[in-house]
Amino acid sequence: MMTFAPLALILLPLAAAVVSFALPERLSAWRNAANLGVACVKLVVVTYLLMQAEAGLVFEWRYEFLPGHDFVLRLDPLALLFVTLSVFLWLLTTIYAIAYFDRGPNLPRFFGFFNLCVLAATGVAMSGTAITFFLFYELLTLATWPLVAHKGDEKSLRAGRIYLTYTLAGSVAFLAGILWLQSLVGPIEFATPPDLAGVPALTLTLIFILCIGGLGVKAAIFPFHGWLPEAMAAPAPVSALLHAVAVVKAGAFGIVRMIYDVYGIGTVAELGLGVPLAALASVTILYGSVRALMQSDLKKRLAYSTVSQVSYIVLGASLIGPFAVIGGLVHLVHQGIMKITLFMCAGALANRMGIKAIADLDGAGRQMPVTMAAFSVGALGMIGMPPVAGFISKWYLGIGALQSDAAWVVAVLAGSSLLNAAYFLPLLYRAWLLPPPADRPAIRELATTRDRMLILPAALTALVSLGAGIFASLPFSPLGWATLIAEGGYLR
Amino acid sequence: MSPLDLLVAVPLCCMAAALLLGRAARGLILLAAPLMAGLALWLALLPPDAAYLVGQWELPLGILLRADGVARLMILATALVIGAVGLHALVEPPEKPGHAAQAETFWPLVYLLWAGANAGFLTTDLFNLYVTLEMVSLAAVALAAMGSLAAALRYFMIALLGSLAYLLGVALIVARYDTVDVTLLAQLAEPDLATLMALGLMTAGLLIKAALFPMHGWLPPAHAAAPAPASALLSAIAVKLGFVILVRLWFEAFPAITGPAALQVLGGLGAAAVLYGSVQAMRQDRLKALVAYSTVAQVGYLFLAFPLVAGAIDPGDAWAGMTLQAVAHMLAKAAMFLAAGLMLKAAAGERIADLGGLAQAMPLTVTAFGLAAVSLMGLPPSGGFTAKFLLLTAAIEQGAYLYAGVLILGGLLAAVYLFGALAACFAPATTPRTPVTGGLRTAAPLALAGLAIVMGFGGTALVELSAIAAPWAGPALILPEPAP
Repeated sequence: MMTFAPLALILLPLAAAVVSFALPERLSAWRNAANLGVACVKLVVVTYLLMQAEAGLVFEWRYEFLPGHDFVLRLDPLALLFVTLSVFLWLLTTIYAIAYFDRGPNLPRFFGFFNLCVLAATGVAMSGTAITFFLFYELLTLATWPLVAHKGDEKSLRAGRIYLTYTLAGSVAFLAGILWLQSLVGPIEFATPPDLAGVPALTLTLIFILCIGGLGVKAAIFPFHGWLPEAMAAPAPVSALLHAVAVVKAGAFGIVRMIYDVYGIGTVAELGLGVPLAALASVTILYGSVRALMQSDLKKRLAYSTVSQVSYIVLGASLIGPFAVIGGLVHLVHQGIMKITLFMCAGALANRMGIKAIADLDGAGRQMPVTMAAFSVGALGMIGMPPVAGFISKWYLGIGALQSDAAWVVAVLAGSSLLNAAYFLPLLYRAWLLPPPADRPAIRELATTRDRMLILPAALTALVSLGAGIFASLPFSPLGWATLIAEGGYLR
Repeated sequence: MSPLDLLVAVPLCCMAAALLLGRAARGLILLAAPLMAGLALWLALLPPDAAYLVGQWELPLGILLRADGVARLMILATALVIGAVGLHALVEPPEKPGHAAQAETFWPLVYLLWAGANAGFLTTDLFNLYVTLEMVSLAAVALAAMGSLAAALRYFMIALLGSLAYLLGVALIVARYDTVDVTLLAQLAEPDLATLMALGLMTAGLLIKAALFPMHGWLPPAHAAAPAPASALLSAIAVKLGFVILVRLWFEAFPAITGPAALQVLGGLGAAAVLYGSVQAMRQDRLKALVAYSTVAQVGYLFLAFPLVAGAIDPGDAWAGMTLQAVAHMLAKAAMFLAAGLMLKAAAGERIADLGGLAQAMPLTVTAFGLAAVSLMGLPPSGGFTAKFLLLTAAIEQGAYLYAGVLILGGLLAAVYLFGALAACFAPATTPRTPVTGGLRTAAPLALAGLAIVMGFGGTALVELSAIAAPWAGPALILPEPAP
């Protein structure tokens, strides 16, 4: 049965997608039950797989989809890191989305594509070959477009158009890169990195640029980040999902795979590609932060914050040192849980009190204390304040930078943390310390229409971000798992 | 009579019956569709070495019907497409308002097209191929006439010219070699003036039929104006026969005398077709014209593959890519025309901008359109992706970066115009829409588009199927001893 475990993780969301598409709106209760049920089953499966993987078992499922090209699903520890993150956050986002939409138009379509997104993200994580990765990466693009354009108004359609322009161009560059490499070294399996010895350095460099450039579009690396702030036109659950789990993470994850499982750190160092990439990531980190500071819209500010934060992962991967790798990998998870907290809170604020601009946040903490408390935890974590999870990421990245003789990165981290503080602390000040405007509904009024399911997921992820920081030394914490991955393969 | 003959005989009988039955003929498809699908499936699943079946008479006198990989795939796709289109037409008669008689003429034409296409895919005799070409052209012109008489007349004139050129070429071949059999010609052909002229004439004639740029002019008006089921058959099947005959000529009969330069010309025209057709499709503001120009672009890929097949050390990948591109386009384009027809019936007008609100009103039809679009763009998982992936791999391996670039750019351009049409369906409607949906009407395009997607999962089997008795796999046919 266990060789089919990776396949099951793909088929479960597919089943949920089919059910969502097929059931009419009046049977929405059944649809919700199916979505939640499948998400829970997946969580159980993944928990079991985590325990198996800890014991050193690697599950693999393959079939030849074209002569000479295998379709491979492989659950190595790195795959499980991403799978676990996506499965956990998906359950919460599903709960949140059900509460957020209640009964809106076109929900069968929404939940159908939502599940296809889960499928694609899980597939990206489990891909064992470059082609398999590309298949799911592309499916992710396709499944996300209807979600971005969901509202169907002028702004959403525009956002969808921009999203497709960027991501399709990126996919094409990535495809050209891997096909070029495959024409030189044969099919690329992540478990057995190809032998690049006979390939000229210039060719390798060009292919690297094509692939990282293509993946960098989804990871929103400067100057390919333009689609992400636009995509804020999408409904809040979609934004949460795009930013924390699916699209940007698929890009960042792909970059990690390219550096460690295709090229290998030796080749990357030899070609001198790590430092330019780290520099680009640093530019993105600072640029994103500065742009975030300039936004007056809450969701836009969070969007630029994502541009900045995702590049921490790329930075960690490109520094090529044990602590930097751990820092980058653990940030894949930490950024996910913290950013989803922030977006779910932002959605709740907009949904319950119509707060969209930062100037409207005054006194929000008194009216929605739980939401704002969760938001505060996420914001402090993003700044890198202990004991929230974000601190661990930055700590490891900093040590890693010193190990790799890149002290300038520490300055980037410090500068970025200051900028993070500059754009997050005013929000907390407004929310907790300023009085609410007079026309705002009182807390008692709000309580009469309270929907706990809109608030609880964010509260839970806030607690998890705290827990991931406080209990970082435990083996099943994100840090523990990232260390396991780094020890398992990347420090060879 | 072997079951192979039935693939041609059954549609011919159906045609005769349809002519006799008149209005009652529509029900015939309920019988013909499953029967033909069964036969085509049987053919596809035959063991590979059973490619040569009908040989009551010895060569060079006998008519050789041969079920190689290309024929098996094309016949199966034809059966699926005509079956689905026919079932769709059963509930959604292809007639303009006030022209009820049109539906009656539709059915005999469908069966004529079916018989002609199947015979054309199976035969390896240049003169038989001429006959099938005429059958298909006749049916296609008449189907096009159901929409616009002017476009059909233009189509008729050009098709006539193509047929004449082809026939002239065949005459030259007969005069020179005394045979019209492809497999025999492969052994006899010499690069002399008569042969080169013959090949040039036949190729020119067939390129017109296949609507390769710059001989595509007749296609967009004819395909865009016809009723949706007719457009589906025209785009999916009619243009493919010209392509298959060209494959027979260039790779089977005369591989020895088609030089690399000539192959590059075909490939270059194909590349130009991809770019030109895509750019034209982007400029259309009417939905069916967009879909028709997309056919011009998709046909380009078929010919872009020619130099890739010829230039490969192991042509298996490029050959499969070419064949699967034809099959995937058949399924996806038929689905897209049927879906577009339904969408336009519900929309406010025939422009793309009039499609607003349809994503809500007809989600399944828009889904069919979207899935077909995914395959046409070459995005995974789909038959279109498998085909383009194989072609792209072949192009990069041979260092044909220009073709690789066109393959990639063509996919992007297709994404631009097809997503543009899809996005229009998501826009809010100005007036409420009355959806045209239900039953076979919606199921047919959805099934065809679904098949185009499912093709993406069966790559290995399809590649193996396409390689059966392929010309590059060596002389598979052991010729019988000449009769004393």
